[in-house]
Amino acid sequence: MSSIDARPSGATGSDSRPHVAFWNNPKARGVLFQMLLFLAVGFLAYAAASNAIENLQKQKIASGFGFWNNIAGFDIGQRLIPYETTSTYGRAFWVGLLNTLLVAGIGIVLATLLGFVIGIARLSRNWLVAKLATVYVELIRNTPLLLQLLFWYNAVLKALPEVRESLALPGGAFLNTRGLFVPEPVFGAGFSLVLGALGAGFVAHLGIRRWARRRQERTGQRAPVLAIGFGLIVLLPLLVYLLAGQPLSFAYPDLGRFNIRGGVQVYPEFVALLLGLVIYTAAFIAEVVRAGIQAVSKGQTEAAYALGLRPGPTLDLVVIPQAMRVIIPPLTSQYLNLTKNSSLAVAVGYPDLVQVFAGTVLNQTGQAVEVIAITMAVYLTISLATSLIMNWYNARKALVER
Amino acid sequence: MKKLMMSVALGAALGMVAGAASAQTLNQVKTRGVLQCGSNTGLAGFGQPDAQGNWTGLDVDFCRAVAAAIFNDAAKVKFVPLSAKDRFTALQSGEVDVLVRNTTWTMSRDTSLGLEFGPVNYYDGQGFMVRKKLKIASAMELSGASVCTQQGTTTELNLADFFRANKLKYEVVTFATSDETTKAYDAGRCDAFTTDASGLYSERLRLTNPDDHMVLPEIISKEPLGPAWRHGDNQWGDIIKWTHYAMLTAEELGVTKANVDEQLKSTNPDVKRLLGTEGKFGEAIGLTNDWAYRIIKHVGNYGEVFEKNVGQGSRLKIARGVNALWNKGGLQYAPPIR
Repeated sequence: MSSIDARPSGATGSDSRPHVAFWNNPKARGVLFQMLLFLAVGFLAYAAASNAIENLQKQKIASGFGFWNNIAGFDIGQRLIPYETTSTYGRAFWVGLLNTLLVAGIGIVLATLLGFVIGIARLSRNWLVAKLATVYVELIRNTPLLLQLLFWYNAVLKALPEVRESLALPGGAFLNTRGLFVPEPVFGAGFSLVLGALGAGFVAHLGIRRWARRRQERTGQRAPVLAIGFGLIVLLPLLVYLLAGQPLSFAYPDLGRFNIRGGVQVYPEFVALLLGLVIYTAAFIAEVVRAGIQAVSKGQTEAAYALGLRPGPTLDLVVIPQAMRVIIPPLTSQYLNLTKNSSLAVAVGYPDLVQVFAGTVLNQTGQAVEVIAITMAVYLTISLATSLIMNWYNARKALVER
Repeated sequence: MKKLMMSVALGAALGMVAGAASAQTLNQVKTRGVLQCGSNTGLAGFGQPDAQGNWTGLDVDFCRAVAAAIFNDAAKVKFVPLSAKDRFTALQSGEVDVLVRNTTWTMSRDTSLGLEFGPVNYYDGQGFMVRKKLKIASAMELSGASVCTQQGTTTELNLADFFRANKLKYEVVTFATSDETTKAYDAGRCDAFTTDASGLYSERLRLTNPDDHMVLPEIISKEPLGPAWRHGDNQWGDIIKWTHYAMLTAEELGVTKANVDEQLKSTNPDVKRLLGTEGKFGEAIGLTNDWAYRIIKHVGNYGEVFEKNVGQGSRLKIARGVNALWNKGGLQYAPPIR
């Protein structure tokens, strides 16, 4: 619209505007064409939908969303919410969606951590560290993710012992081809108190940190924030835990005939997918981080050194805050990539949304149009939500111009 | 213009559904000059390409028989490898003309997928394979086991039913292709591997040490495997059905690939009707009257095809069992050609 709005400089006053025919008025014409385009797109969508429905009916292919509440009849290995053979397709959808969110959520956190470490290592003055980071990035970035996933799945599986020869790990955990079995925490009655203490300690720590920063800006005096924080976040909940009579116990896994019973099972499919996604995405994030740091002019570092700051605080207080402005937008794309790439789960048998819903449910119901539409809508929603959060964060970190 | 725009839009947005509406499959196949056959991605004995890209198998020979009946040339088939979960979509969308991919005929598939299922070309049932060193003799001892299977199959559903009905606990790991499933089982991810019994025999040969594995005696389901085609094209359905029946009839009458030319001189009215020297049965299904002669000449009768691909002439060595002809104690029965 903006280009159409640019009128000749003489015609700004409403009185002096000459009377022109409707089709010669650029503004009216712009609106007309936009309306026509809107109608055309709308018609196209309508025609496609109605034609699809008509053809589905003609071919006697079931359509509509009635399948949602039908009995699924199949099982899913890893699930975060209760699910049985007699659950509905809708329930299977949620199981798949939660599995996708689980691997994407943990993957984003780990990939960010690893990516920052590698990215900074690439700029290290230590020759070996810098070269190792370069080799990592070039090797991982230039091979297909699918191959890497298959490698991790097969490498992880082949290296693990069988159930009967399970590797007993310290703390009552077991490792074998079925995955990692760790003791399951059983929360007692008073455990909510401990959680409450932890939350309160965390909030109090944030408040104190803020107060300390303000005071430092005002008076130049520093407060022992780290020590106080340790006391609030670690010691306080620990004290409550002991006072409440240690309301936490563990259910230890136990070697059965075929499999290990009890405990929490971390499936090898999940580990392989997570490893693959984290290692792959971290290589890209490392490059984003490196680019961001290098975008901060060398003069900034030199100025900080001239003020007497050591390399650590220089990175922390001068370089990173400025680099973040460059890093965040491409970092968002990497988060979106990781989430979407998690759909490769199907290759390693991890029951994510695509495997469960767009795979088995689609096949059992035969309703490709509906199932794929729902799946696409879900990925769109996840991606838009991620973008929204990152844009908000970006706006906070952006350079405030006055 | 409107019509053009509409078809362009639909082609782009929903090519999948637009292409498949009840067009005459036979005409399409004839115009194209080649039959598009949906096959397995690789199941020894049923459908598998070798190193040179030559497809062999029971299901593959069925497609060749259809091509022979139409073109008098068994080579005019293009095999489209499909995973279990993609197969129906490929058929619905018109990507393949017929799906012959050890596919189980079930009521829901027959009624709600817009498909028709044909005569059963292999009667099967689902079984389990385990490692011998587990020392178990029955599937009832599988409580607590983890089981590898392929997703989007009736197998996945039967498995859930079996463990639910017998109140046994288990853990399922599903993969998109049979290849990944077999590899995961071979790597020790699962205690048991389940699929149709015929598939178990075939997949066992692909394991690192086939002799370390055994198939448990239980058959937990009925798996009638056969061809499928799009609902609404009855002429095409007739061709698919009668291709199988012609192969059965030929076996019943003793007409083989080797003696079919000789049999053209037969005075047996049944043989004459089969080979088209009497009557116009081929024209009734839109083909030439020597349609069955072509099938037998190029591919062979059902018994020959069975023995060559999965029976004694193959590595699988599966007995005819329920797949014998009806007059030899089996279930294979063709309606008369008359």
